[in-house]
Amino acid sequence: MINKKHYALLITLVAMLIPNTVFSMEDEALVKRGLEIAIEADRRDNGFGDSSSSLEMILRNRHGEQSERQLRNKTLEMKDDGDKAIIIFDTPRDVKGTAFLSFTHKLDADDQWLYLPALKRVKRIASRNKAGPFMGSEFAYEDISSQEVEKYSYLYIKDDTFAERDHFIIDRDPVDPKSGYKRQRVWLDKAEYRIWKIDFYDRKDTLLKTLTYDDYNQYLGQYWRANVMDMVNHQTGKSTRLNWRDFSFRNGYSEKEFTKGALKKAR
Amino acid sequence: MPKLLLLILFALLPLSQLNAAEWSSQIGIEARHFFDNALSPQQHGDNLSLTFESEFYHDWDDGQQRIVFTPFARIDQHDSERSHADLRELYWRQTFNNTDLYVGVRKLFWGVTESLHLVDIINQSDTVENLDGEDKLGQPMISFFHSSVVGDWEFFLMPWFRERTFPGIEGRLRPPFVVDQDNAQYESGDAEKHIDSALRWSHVIDDWDVGLSWFHGTDRTPQLVTQTINGAVMLLPYYAQLDQLGVDAQYTYESWLWKLEFVSRRHDNRFSPDLNRSSATVGGFEYTWYGLFSSATDIGLVMEYQYDSRDGNRAPIANNDIAIGSRLTLNDVQDSTLLALVASDLDQRERFISLEGSRRLGEEMSISLEARFFSNTAPQTQLFWLRSDDYLELLLTHYF
Repeated sequence: MINKKHYALLITLVAMLIPNTVFSMEDEALVKRGLEIAIEADRRDNGFGDSSSSLEMILRNRHGEQSERQLRNKTLEMKDDGDKAIIIFDTPRDVKGTAFLSFTHKLDADDQWLYLPALKRVKRIASRNKAGPFMGSEFAYEDISSQEVEKYSYLYIKDDTFAERDHFIIDRDPVDPKSGYKRQRVWLDKAEYRIWKIDFYDRKDTLLKTLTYDDYNQYLGQYWRANVMDMVNHQTGKSTRLNWRDFSFRNGYSEKEFTKGALKKAR
Repeated sequence: MPKLLLLILFALLPLSQLNAAEWSSQIGIEARHFFDNALSPQQHGDNLSLTFESEFYHDWDDGQQRIVFTPFARIDQHDSERSHADLRELYWRQTFNNTDLYVGVRKLFWGVTESLHLVDIINQSDTVENLDGEDKLGQPMISFFHSSVVGDWEFFLMPWFRERTFPGIEGRLRPPFVVDQDNAQYESGDAEKHIDSALRWSHVIDDWDVGLSWFHGTDRTPQLVTQTINGAVMLLPYYAQLDQLGVDAQYTYESWLWKLEFVSRRHDNRFSPDLNRSSATVGGFEYTWYGLFSSATDIGLVMEYQYDSRDGNRAPIANNDIAIGSRLTLNDVQDSTLLALVASDLDQRERFISLEGSRRLGEEMSISLEARFFSNTAPQTQLFWLRSDDYLELLLTHYF
């Protein structure tokens, strides 16, 4: 039995729902547009095969004190799976020779091994620490892991122009509940679908970090890589700058160079 | 040995100009404070020690060939046996397709557990360095490594045995009688020239890392036999022949690491032929809570049970023990870590307590702290001889 009071409530509820429904349809289009942009950015980076590069990390705290790390990196592109990568640490000197092997996956947890040269020991490590810092830097493991379309859901926000470039702005929400982020706001340029800026929002949806990319170069006539990545943590005042060098593509790497056995020999 | 090391060092020096990054060295200064007076008047109290280790490697032939040279030396204030030099590594490697050939002195590690290393048998323990058995002497060998789709295969031939190091008469952390290291006894008539062999298969199957190994040769762990020489009681190390099957496995799931090591041994035992077969197991887990209180800090809980079938005076320290520990990782710029571990004997209640912490200082130094306590050391317990050797160690290392 519906009395007048209930009827009025029902009307109110329906009235509240209508604008939402309209928004929802619009929302669906925005989700579709966001996903399209992510897929196109991913498509443009497909087929690089493998790559190697050197990397300098400069860690700064809020007092401006600085600490440096030198790393080298080898990546193997995998079909229908995340990339495989080896990272070798050259400095700080007490961790020289330490090597990190990861098999990234689109949705499953990554597989990770660490080689400790003093003990000659390879340890399989739990990969659930994706929100944890990589080498004490402002980059989390999930920030340096291979970026796969499937890892996020997307929403197109708007167009934006800065530095004389036209950009798409999209929001991407990590699918994995163990991610340290509620969402990331990403600026990609319309011409080449390169990422120029990411705002990272923590689980409370407060702005946590901003990553800016600079000094892009194109390789093999297709693949863009930034030489500079700058991560600033707004909550702690700390920052980490990555200076990439010596990019080299299609070195002929195979899967046998990305195994536990090969990790012990990595230099 | 030190003269030979210097000779090799100078022979390799011209190569170092090719690429300075191929050399890396470290100097350490270690201070140990013992909380109690020594049991023997010949032993000393607090102790200082200096260590030097250098590593040189050179790759050529498009990375198909490599040489590695790692000399190590320690000068100890009081213990002449702890003052020693060792060739940790000096080998040449040639890679053919999926196979590597190694000739020379190598150091390697097998296994997965934290509190005890049962499967790891190739290298002899350098126990004057540390009681935990994680410091190893270089092992001369010819070895092959072959990687295939069904796993990695390794084969070892070891033509020269390395004797375990023991503290000297003036050193701490030793049994009440000195180990006579100049008169080691061997079961094999070939003594240290017995050719040991080993085979290992290891593989990664999804979330499982597994290994199977077989060892045939001279047991790395000697039996210490009491003997009276010129009226003085000494311990003679006796190295028996051993066949050992080893199994190691780790299952990694989210924040859990489940670990197991098992060995089945057959000794040819001159002294107690009825005690030829034995087995030992260590197994447990490590669970980590990441990002404690929204910080970067991780805290891990380690729990491992240690069992050995040998009993009576053949029983090792870890025969029915439970080890519980915690690992704190700050994930800061200085890589600060702390590991605390308590191993308790379930029969006799003696306890071994260990604390290890480390932190980087600047870019080229690190500081580490280690403390070891032996408690509930009643006369019948296996830690009785260490009852007065609780210590705190501070180690400062400079890398260059």
